[in-house]
Amino acid sequence: MSRYSVFSLFKHALSHHENWQKVWRNPTPKDVYDVVIIGGGGHGLATAYYLAKEHGITNVAVVEKGYLGGGNTARNTTILRSNYLWDEAAHLFEHSMKLWEGLSQDLNYNVMYSPRGVLNLGHNLQDMRDIERRVNANRLNGIDGEVLNAKQVKDICPLLDCSDRARYPVLGASWQARGGVARHDAVAWGFARAADSLGVDLLQQTEVIGIRRHEGAVCGVETNRGFIAAKKVACVTAGSSSLLAKMVGMELPIESHPLQACVSEPIKPILDTVVMSNAVHGYMSQSDKGDLVIGAGIDSYTGYGQRGSFPVIEHTLAAICEMFPDVRRVRMNRAWGGIVDTTPDASPIISKTHIPGLYFNCGWGTGGFKATPGSGNVFAHTIAKDEPHPLAKPFSIDRFHSGHLIDEHGAAGVAH
Amino acid sequence: MSQKNRLAQGGRIDRNKVLNFSFAGQTYTGYEGDTLASALLANGVDVVGRSFKYSRARGITGHGSEEPNGVIQLGSGDSTVPNVRATQQELYAGLVSNPVSGWPNVNFDLMSYLGKAGAMMPPGFYYKTFMYPQKLWMTYEHFIRKAAGLGKAPTAPDPDTYDKLNQHCDVMVVGGGPAGLSAAYAAAKTGARVIIADEQNEMGGHLLTFDQTINGSSGSLWLAEIVAELSAMSNVKVLCKTTVMGYFDHNFLVAIERRTDHLGERAVSGTRQRSHRIRAKQVILAAGAQERPLVFANNDVPGVMLASSVTTYIKRYAVVPGHKLIVSTANDSGYLAAIEWSKAGRHVVGIADSRTDSDGALVAEAKALGINVWFGHGVTEVKGGRRVYTASVAPISVQGDRVTGDIQNYDCDTVATSGGWSPVVHLSCHTGSRPVWSDDIIGFVPGKALQAQHCVGSIVGDHQLADCINNGLETGSKAAAQAGFGEGELLVAKPSVEWLAEGKAQALFLVPHKKNISRAPKQFVDLQNDVTAAGIELATREGFESIEHVKRYTAMGFGTDQGKLGNVNGMAIAARSLGKSIEETGTTIFRPSYTPSTFGALAGRDAGSLFDPERYTAMHQWHVDNGALFEDVGQWKRPWYYPKPGETMQQSLNRECLATRSSVGILDASTLGKIDIQGKDAREFLNRVYTNAWSKLAVGKCRYGLMLKEDGMIMDDGVTSCLADDHFILTTTTGGAANVLEWLELWHQTEWPELDVFMTSVTDHWSTMTISGPNARKVLAKVCNDIELDKDAFKFMDWRDGTVAGVTARVFRISFTGELSYEINVPANDGMFVWEAVIAAGEEFGITPYGTETMHVLRAEKGFIIVGQDTDGSVTPYDMDMGWCVGKNKEFSFIGKRSFDRSDTQKTDRKQYVGLKTKNSDEVLPEGAQAVWDPKQAIPMTMVGHVTSSYYSAVVGRSIALAVIKEGHSHKGETLYFPLADGRVIEAEICDYVFYDPKGERQNV
Amino acid sequence: MLHLFCPYCQELREEDEFHYRGQAHIVRPKDPESLSDKEWGDYLFFRHNPKGIHHEMWYHVSGCRRFFNVTRNTVTYDIYETYKIGETPAVTAKEETE
Repeated sequence: MSRYSVFSLFKHALSHHENWQKVWRNPTPKDVYDVVIIGGGGHGLATAYYLAKEHGITNVAVVEKGYLGGGNTARNTTILRSNYLWDEAAHLFEHSMKLWEGLSQDLNYNVMYSPRGVLNLGHNLQDMRDIERRVNANRLNGIDGEVLNAKQVKDICPLLDCSDRARYPVLGASWQARGGVARHDAVAWGFARAADSLGVDLLQQTEVIGIRRHEGAVCGVETNRGFIAAKKVACVTAGSSSLLAKMVGMELPIESHPLQACVSEPIKPILDTVVMSNAVHGYMSQSDKGDLVIGAGIDSYTGYGQRGSFPVIEHTLAAICEMFPDVRRVRMNRAWGGIVDTTPDASPIISKTHIPGLYFNCGWGTGGFKATPGSGNVFAHTIAKDEPHPLAKPFSIDRFHSGHLIDEHGAAGVAH
Repeated sequence: MSQKNRLAQGGRIDRNKVLNFSFAGQTYTGYEGDTLASALLANGVDVVGRSFKYSRARGITGHGSEEPNGVIQLGSGDSTVPNVRATQQELYAGLVSNPVSGWPNVNFDLMSYLGKAGAMMPPGFYYKTFMYPQKLWMTYEHFIRKAAGLGKAPTAPDPDTYDKLNQHCDVMVVGGGPAGLSAAYAAAKTGARVIIADEQNEMGGHLLTFDQTINGSSGSLWLAEIVAELSAMSNVKVLCKTTVMGYFDHNFLVAIERRTDHLGERAVSGTRQRSHRIRAKQVILAAGAQERPLVFANNDVPGVMLASSVTTYIKRYAVVPGHKLIVSTANDSGYLAAIEWSKAGRHVVGIADSRTDSDGALVAEAKALGINVWFGHGVTEVKGGRRVYTASVAPISVQGDRVTGDIQNYDCDTVATSGGWSPVVHLSCHTGSRPVWSDDIIGFVPGKALQAQHCVGSIVGDHQLADCINNGLETGSKAAAQAGFGEGELLVAKPSVEWLAEGKAQALFLVPHKKNISRAPKQFVDLQNDVTAAGIELATREGFESIEHVKRYTAMGFGTDQGKLGNVNGMAIAARSLGKSIEETGTTIFRPSYTPSTFGALAGRDAGSLFDPERYTAMHQWHVDNGALFEDVGQWKRPWYYPKPGETMQQSLNRECLATRSSVGILDASTLGKIDIQGKDAREFLNRVYTNAWSKLAVGKCRYGLMLKEDGMIMDDGVTSCLADDHFILTTTTGGAANVLEWLELWHQTEWPELDVFMTSVTDHWSTMTISGPNARKVLAKVCNDIELDKDAFKFMDWRDGTVAGVTARVFRISFTGELSYEINVPANDGMFVWEAVIAAGEEFGITPYGTETMHVLRAEKGFIIVGQDTDGSVTPYDMDMGWCVGKNKEFSFIGKRSFDRSDTQKTDRKQYVGLKTKNSDEVLPEGAQAVWDPKQAIPMTMVGHVTSSYYSAVVGRSIALAVIKEGHSHKGETLYFPLADGRVIEAEICDYVFYDPKGERQNV
Repeated sequence: MLHLFCPYCQELREEDEFHYRGQAHIVRPKDPESLSDKEWGDYLFFRHNPKGIHHEMWYHVSGCRRFFNVTRNTVTYDIYETYKIGETPAVTAKEETE
């Protein structure tokens, strides 16, 4: 892999950019791999990268039915934070956050990790109790966090209406300064390029249509390009997880729902931080291009259509106008939908299964982007060692039978 | 300088209405009927902006919603609008506009010197740089952000309002060109309800600029007649200035009507914009086609325009945007620009037609006017900074892929190009239908219809006016029939329409240059995002082979024009670079909004107090008049506490608490949910949905109940009273009322329909006031003479019918404070009257109104839980030490019971409900403080629980707190530590959660 | 926005009037205590989540307040039928009829 730097850019400029190397190969599938990862989104690519880098397993294929990073990685609102309530979730997301902090350098690809801070607003007294509880837990878990009052919130985010005028006035917020955003496409491409350079085969336009077993254990995948043998198969397919599970007769505690987002036209910078409100139900940041990036709510019904109902967008923009009345004349440029894999407790599943050699990483729901490096990292460990990474252990699928849920719904943790 | 490019006559403008306006601080004049763009061009304004990456000068290039360059800042202050397209903004008197880029000004921009370093800014350059060191990225980013963005958001809340209308129609027609109008007309004649919407200020589409003969006379006459007739029909709604921004499932469309934007910055009266939410039985897409420019070197210099835009400015606005024109085209329609230019009396240098020949009518007409036509040629490059001054015309190969001969340079100031017509497939894409490439049309056409949808006109490649009108009529009548109107027979006569002979168009996207793509001067594909042919080629060279990757890597099509001009060209260039066909490469998907939609219009009236309904109790005004502060609980406004002048919050609470404990207090409890349950199986139903038993609850008795989810976790609680053997009234938490009703209905309707039980919400029917305290009985006695109030006649947990202050009432002797307590329920209409009567009766006892905060303190002194505060969806009744409330021997396995037996709920170290007493009795623990056994341990610490409720209790004389702590029940008397964010560590002892009157004697007096 | 035909109101109404209530035809076990933790967990949390034909419950919250079933395609969002609780669907995915 030729390294990227300002010098390489200058060198290539002299030759009219005619000699850039391909970011990744477009290989033909081998007959057999040690590990086949199904799903070429951020999590799958990160899994492949860490398998190769940290566990020396390079005979790996990432099998993607469309194009790399084309699912939820390409469709999310790029928010990063680790201020989750429960210890299990907090440790997992904080593990991810630490990886974000050095990711551009690790991958030699600028993923534009931008710690511009995340505000989670409180609009009623119970919100504020929940914020106190979560921030206190975060701090004792070694995660940065502060509880702010309305005035402090206003100082950090002047655009936000913190007056009594609002239907649900802002009473305060939690603030995680290390939270922020990253460039979603770059994350997928950076992991893909780095994994490819370590020998991982990235197989795009390759759709898995079956999972083959031999004497109970997994032995490979049937694809539209033929059978690919594999000692281990790892599914990282978000909204499509149930479909893969079904191929081996499994059912998952997962429902796939449309989740929508939208962006405004690009405008000059007015918002430096990420602002999230669960009670009013809007969240917004501003991209480096100037777009206001707005997350809408999840659609109540299940769906694989990558589009949701328009009233969800209407309600979201009503919430945004309520929180930021100055932007009511700004215009929405584009709205889109993804398919999110939700679990009953709003926490992910990173798990072995009862089938030897088959692993699942799914259930990230509305909040998977922030976990990309951490998820890949602990999943790679789980696959390589055939035993859960200590941070992944609580996220086993068994918890839905034992009852040991990590219920982020029930608590203050915003599930976005 | 006064409208030097305005023709003496013609155009659809009103020359009697002269309008002053300004751009970039200069004032100009235009006419009513102008757009800002036509008025700027009339005044000879060439440069309207600077490009975002290279800061190159940019001028108007289109005439409608496709415009990528003419994006301006309209107005100022709270009513300014960023990124308004000058081509769509109608001119009004006093319009103020400014460019969104350029420093110090748009004509002289210092950033353009930086832009010359464009070679260092290929697509994705930022992914490859600014990485080292990590901490500097925020600094780099600061400057990147400063340079980004187009216009500025307003700096104060929007003064205007917006609204929504729900519309239902049989046939919805999108697009008011000849095809759409014909379709609407034929459909309307069947009696079907029809809506037709068009984004322009008047209906007509192509007919507004190109007059063909219909029925022997002018096409504009036909247009005027059909519009007049449609407008007069009561079953037709004609919506101009209305953009259908999205097409959603089950034939639901959203159209934004700009009601006042043509009149001024601010809506003088009424709403500024209206969102029509349209549910249509049938949809006809007649959105037309968008002309594509040709891509060539320096094709972004002001003076390079779409051929159809040149025609439009001349015909519709009587503006000729230059003096010397060269046309570069791959089809017949580009000739029209030259013909009109020539007819306007200005010089056409020539037409470079990439094709070898054409026998079309327009070609013949151009030749007849004496215009030079160079077949087999294209404009390969122009020169100019703020305006084109030279165009290079070269012979090109038949395949259009290379320059085959000598280049001629011609002086000119305008280059009009036409690369063909792209059907406006956007709305069809919104439904999830992938567009399909057509080699015949040289464009993507709508894919298979996924809904009750029809397409007609140039959206399917029909460019002949006769086809548009005739197919429009037939489609309209067919759609109406499918919606149940008529038999599909055409009820109107087809007009006779002049036929225009047309030569075959060529598929040309990028005009070749003598240098290859990477070395030629910039050939722009997406003008707004500065995406060039070289950039697209580089993306494919680097391995971004999916068209979605190309789009994302180069940012092609991400602008406010959503790639209306550039996308197809970009896809063609990518396809060629990958050695594939356009069909193989495919297209990206268009998403709503078709053009950007105002946030406010999508939010509508849901703003401020209407954002979410505010619910008030019948006594609300009394609370306001008596100085209450309010707390939002769900949608309700509940009195929080009633401060007296000069009191701190704590002083108010102390006063309210002590008054209640020592004499009597009164609480407005109307917001608690109330569900009336009737039927002979009502008891059995309660047995199943509550943890405890209801079989033996006698008429006249009340009982507290806990409701669980099926996972065994506490969901809601409240008191249920037996009104008759088959009639109960159940109360819920304030926030949980609606959910509980839905939950009960769910179980009844889907699992146990055989149970004879009916339920309905009666929350709003009753006003509820709780009088509490040792003097409560005395107060009640003064206003109630038909209920025997003696302690043995009306016991704790009894309820009675009677009258209070002469009003029919139900009185419940239940207590959330631990004091002698009566909950008086009266019909809501009488709530205020009874409240005031009780207050008057209580005056001699100093009756004190108290709010939710005092209620919380009083119940916490007694250790009563609040669901949602002391519980969080992860606790069982046993965790809350409420096993007494679980009917273990009930026959039916009540909801949630089975979940108690899972290993997680069985484990011994679950968090349990306890009380806490701080070591320093004046110190109040913050709610949400986390507990540890050892405050000196290293981070991450092992947390064992948290404080759920915490107050200063005046009656106990110290701070009290409630908490859930791991194995708390077996650690009473032990000390926990609470490390806080401010560095303090609070020490507290685990105790019982009842702090006051532990034997519960006070409520039984 | 979906357009749902309420089998009780006998009218097509807007999605705004309804609440989605998840997979239909899940029967509460008659004797929960006899179930293993696995069986009980399956009942509580595990769902079909098919890509294609789905039978699901909706609640006409701003209407007749009745629950009913819908057969909907989760990809196209086409609604094939709506039917009352207790009735069986006419449209089913192939494998379900096997």
